[in-house]
Amino acid sequence: MVFDRDGKSIAVLEDLNLDVSDGEFICVVGPSGCGKSTLLNLMGGFLSPTRGAITIDGEAVHGPDPRRILVFQERGVFPWLTVEGNIGFGLSRLSRTERGQRIAHYVQMMRLQGFEHTYPSDLSGGMKQRLQVARALAVNPDILYLDEPFGALDSVTRHLMRGELLRIWQAERRTIIFVTHDIDEAVQLADRVVVLSSRPARIEDVLAIDIPHPRSMSAPRYLELRDQLLNKIGLAYTV
Amino acid sequence: MTAIEQEKRFLSSSLSIRLRPIAFIVALLVFWQIAVSRHPDQLLPGPLAVLRAIGELLQHGLLARYVVASLFRVTWGFALAAVLAIPLGLTIGWYRRSEMAFNPLVQIFRPISPLAWIPLAILWFGVGDFAAIFLIFVGCFFPLLLTAMSAVHNIPAVYVNIGRNFGLSTAQFIYRVLYPAVVPQLIIGARITMGIAWLVVVAAEMIAVNSGLGFLIIDARNAGNRYDLVIAGMVIIGTIGLLLDVAMRSLERVKSFRWSYSGD
Repeated sequence: MVFDRDGKSIAVLEDLNLDVSDGEFICVVGPSGCGKSTLLNLMGGFLSPTRGAITIDGEAVHGPDPRRILVFQERGVFPWLTVEGNIGFGLSRLSRTERGQRIAHYVQMMRLQGFEHTYPSDLSGGMKQRLQVARALAVNPDILYLDEPFGALDSVTRHLMRGELLRIWQAERRTIIFVTHDIDEAVQLADRVVVLSSRPARIEDVLAIDIPHPRSMSAPRYLELRDQLLNKIGLAYTV
Repeated sequence: MTAIEQEKRFLSSSLSIRLRPIAFIVALLVFWQIAVSRHPDQLLPGPLAVLRAIGELLQHGLLARYVVASLFRVTWGFALAAVLAIPLGLTIGWYRRSEMAFNPLVQIFRPISPLAWIPLAILWFGVGDFAAIFLIFVGCFFPLLLTAMSAVHNIPAVYVNIGRNFGLSTAQFIYRVLYPAVVPQLIIGARITMGIAWLVVVAAEMIAVNSGLGFLIIDARNAGNRYDLVIAGMVIIGTIGLLLDVAMRSLERVKSFRWSYSGD
């Protein structure tokens, strides 16, 4: 993927070949600025690759599609709609009752009860992200792309949100591709972790996390994999 | 504290605090009256004389007629400008190429004061309502156009991408993403433009018509140096301008528009 900006060509991604299976939880990690978000935008159809192709179930990706919803790091909810309004955003083709049921289901699932008529300006950061995920899930997508969705949240909320995401993934199994710069997050959540090199990014390695859920953060295998991952990214594990 | 929170606080605070601005104005009026009675030259009539003049206007039924005439012209001029300028501005703002084409034209016409259009207005429409409405239209058109263009530019790309992601048709996108995203800025622009419209109507009426508050002022002077009527006219103009502004401000308080003003 090559960007042309101010007359200069910036090669952001090169030689990326990745296969993702249905229902997998993939994390993409890499140094800051390496092109993780670009990769996600390409997969989501928001950008077109300058070379190569993205296919999903054999079909080439031409543009954004409601079957693959992207969850943004910040400002991803519509501030002029209430919680209900946001969740129901993609549901205009359903009948009133069906819509209401779906919204109620996801309000419940994302633990936003009591806030159905609240506007995002009155919600906390974590709640806004939950709202985004609820809105994404409500349209029943095949794939969920998450672009550092917990990056703007505090540490405790981040932990809670990871648990929530796993819970949902185990309940309604969808393919999830999750970009993060947080190593722990990747090891805690993913089936496989894709490590990108610095720009122009290529796949450094793909690490399979073979620990079953729930994963203990102090288990030896966890720590082993974490160290492996840190090494791959080129960081020493001692500060 | 945001401006809206500050306002809320003010409105709910004790009566004595709320009365302060009014008390201040009353104090100024008293000072004015005293100054005038001590120096009875004709340079400025006192507040009592002005009040009497307003009473006179009320008595002859002129106050209501003139106010309605001015408001009528403002409403029509503003509405016509809004109906044309806002969709045009949103479109130009959205398509960068069209903006490059239109921008030079806009930048040339914008600085021309609406009052410079007076001779043309009278030539095309004669002396009367149409000329005044045309002048207000010209005065409102460019600010509204630019507000709409700017509002579109300021839509965060995120919202556009979300709209695309959920597979909205163009019409749905405009109605459910574009319009809500631009409305707060449009309201601010409308408020400012309404102020401009009110300025223009007074000037337009001084030259191009035979009724209205602007006409009142120029006629009062011409027909016998009735400066008390002149000031009365100014007071009425100011008051109505304030009321118009308050009305526009109340639009900002509608909850689903308010999101843009909170510190997000």
